[in-house]
Amino acid sequence: MGLVYALIAAGLSLIFGLMELVNFAHGEFLMVAMYVTFFAWSLAHLDPVVALPLAALALAGLGWAVYHGIIRWVLGGPMLAQVFATFGLAVLLRAGAQFVWGVDFRVVKDPWLAGRVSLGGVFVGLPQLAASALALAAFVALWWFLARTETGLALMATAQDRQAAALMGIDTQRMFALGWAIGSACVGVAGGLLAMFYYVFPEVGGVFALIAYVTVALGGFGNVPATLLAGVLVGLVEVFAGLLISPAMKYAVVFLLYLAVVLWRPLGLFGRF
Amino acid sequence: MKRAALVVLLLAALAFPAVFTLPFPRHVMIMIFLYGSLAVAWNILAGYCGQISLGHAVFFGIGAYTSTLLVARAGVSPWLGMLAGAVLAVIVSQAVGFPVFRLRGHYFAIATIAVGEIVQTLFINWDWAGGARGVFVPIRRPDSFVNFQFNESKAVYYYIALGLLLLGLAVTRRLEGSRPGYYFRAIREDQEAAASLGVHVAREKLRAMALSAALTALGGTFYAQYLLFIDPEAVFPLSLSILICLVSVLGGVGTLWGPVVGAAVLVPLSEYTRVWLGGTGKALDLVIYGALIVLVAVAQPSGLVGLARRLGRRSPPGQ
Amino acid sequence: MSLLTVSGLTKRFGGVIANRDVSFAVASGELVGVIGPNGAGKSTLFDLVTGFQRADAGRVTLDGADVTRLRPDEIARRGVARTFQKLRPFSDMTVLENVMVGAFLRTADVAAAREAAHHALTSVGLADRVDAHARGLSTGQRKRLELARALATRPRLLLLDEVTGGVDQATIPGLVRLVRELHAGGLALVVIEHNMRVIMELAQRIVALQLGEVIADAPPSEIVRNPRVIDAYLGQAWRP
Repeated sequence: MGLVYALIAAGLSLIFGLMELVNFAHGEFLMVAMYVTFFAWSLAHLDPVVALPLAALALAGLGWAVYHGIIRWVLGGPMLAQVFATFGLAVLLRAGAQFVWGVDFRVVKDPWLAGRVSLGGVFVGLPQLAASALALAAFVALWWFLARTETGLALMATAQDRQAAALMGIDTQRMFALGWAIGSACVGVAGGLLAMFYYVFPEVGGVFALIAYVTVALGGFGNVPATLLAGVLVGLVEVFAGLLISPAMKYAVVFLLYLAVVLWRPLGLFGRF
Repeated sequence: MKRAALVVLLLAALAFPAVFTLPFPRHVMIMIFLYGSLAVAWNILAGYCGQISLGHAVFFGIGAYTSTLLVARAGVSPWLGMLAGAVLAVIVSQAVGFPVFRLRGHYFAIATIAVGEIVQTLFINWDWAGGARGVFVPIRRPDSFVNFQFNESKAVYYYIALGLLLLGLAVTRRLEGSRPGYYFRAIREDQEAAASLGVHVAREKLRAMALSAALTALGGTFYAQYLLFIDPEAVFPLSLSILICLVSVLGGVGTLWGPVVGAAVLVPLSEYTRVWLGGTGKALDLVIYGALIVLVAVAQPSGLVGLARRLGRRSPPGQ
Repeated sequence: MSLLTVSGLTKRFGGVIANRDVSFAVASGELVGVIGPNGAGKSTLFDLVTGFQRADAGRVTLDGADVTRLRPDEIARRGVARTFQKLRPFSDMTVLENVMVGAFLRTADVAAAREAAHHALTSVGLADRVDAHARGLSTGQRKRLELARALATRPRLLLLDEVTGGVDQATIPGLVRLVRELHAGGLALVVIEHNMRVIMELAQRIVALQLGEVIADAPPSEIVRNPRVIDAYLGQAWRP
């Protein structure tokens, strides 16, 4: 679970690192990805595992469109305008999903990966296990892209200092759009993975988005590898809080942990001062 | 000239219930006043002092729950409960604010979201306070001022809501013309520069937070007495926190009238679209609402008041 | 007794030492210049004195009282005002309102603060711009604005970070005259300045920093002959 959180949060973190903007519609992007996966299954009989690239691609397209349609225009504006542009988008997507698809809970029946396996005596659902593995794989791919390819490096350079990057001949507009596409694709993969074992409904993004904000802030905004660690940490805390205290309180404990950490280190666990 | 316009506006507001006797228009006006007063309260902290809180529902909920639990469990008059709620909200605001104000920008905003979620979870799991099911305000008949219940006519609620809004505006007005108001704006603009001029930044932020929390809690009590039922979903959600600042942003943050203008535009819009388009479970009203927010953010980040000012500046001075 | 005494101030940022064992004193009514190449630790020194940064070691005393661990606002209250190298006006407030924020340190009364702000703005020559928004000012005007804002707190000691930095040649003499007038009025000043001609003219004494350490502390006439200072700094920029 933590790994999926990390993947959701990585997309958010990437976008923030690039342009210091929190995408409050991130959870709704996740929701859209889950619907894509669901309909790929129900209309085209594609298993969620097969539909993963489709979800990633669809979300990359959404991210790119959102950047050009909305974000570009509020980038230079006050922080509040940015908050509300993405928040309004969240309401729009959520209500739009409700309008088009209704409020019903939908679920992918009989995915290829089902059942449980025993891992050293602990039973783990196979879909969850596969999701973790694939999330980790996606994370490695993201890291490889950022650190080892020319485009990835240009992206990181833009995140470091957009003026310097522009002087070096990097097209920052293109990089921003690309960042949105990649950040959204991360959510696309995460949504596809979640759809294997989680209900799909218009408001599904809410909880995951809140967790994602906390994960990102915990790791330090814009620091993608730290997000992975923070995601795993949040996942573990959630599981143990659910077991030891009460399932109803698990998210409260996660939020409390976040508060405790940022008060101790105001820029997150691995934040640079 | 400007003063005369305000007097006319106020008289119109006072006369409104006499002209419109149907419940629905009165309800819409009450909601405008309520959300207006919440946005005015939020604006003190966020608009003037620059601390963008996305957890103000906490104070609203505290106001609602304090008075409701006091009347339901101990029979205390909601008016006293309103006061107690405000006091409690101030105490909580200081306890939360003291650590959280060390954070800036997005970190502050997200921390306030986290606080809001924690408080909501606590109330959902707090059985004595009604848990997730919520609490009813015990119905008292006949209507009486002491009981803060007026089941026969919305007119009294109307005037109380109007009073809340006027109180918030009066506080803001007074703030604009006094030292704390200047200090708040200085902190919003640049808190290091403010500190270098002798502004005790942490103390001023807490002061703004206390004022804002108290006014928000008053609105919470009013809401509970108006609907006579509350649950965590209604008074603590993130969406309420966001709505409060949205009203303010739409009208124009950091201005006296911005939140009122925002409420006067947004509330009727959402109430009427809900009546016309909602109820089908299709959420078309929310689609429009979302699109509107995006549009405002992209096209006019300084809000309607900012827009009006710009138009005013462009036209020649009317002599 | 000296007004400001700095002794053994040390500040590290990670592995970098910004200030190492910095000591000097400023007497009442004195005008001291601080020079040094970029990265010598001049602005960090101001931050340490005014409470914006915590020193790792050393003491700052004001009139003999230890102020090392006080917050910036407490130090301002004790009569130390400063400007910033990177100008920090309250952009969305008017010029008058900017200065009133400073004046409020000595009075809670709005009318009195307005009066004091007008007075400060007149003394820096900005009286005709009181109602302008701070963001609409030129760099030179913003420098004056920050000066007025600091003066409105009625300081005994004023720390100026770069009086002439970033302003055009024509504006410099006016600013220099202003600083001299303030000094003549009895105010003690510490001035960071890159323009050597300006600082040689203004300062009674100059503290030279290099890589965070004090390499010289002497009157201008001796500073220009100090071999270490010439090596570190003057050699490149100063042509007598």
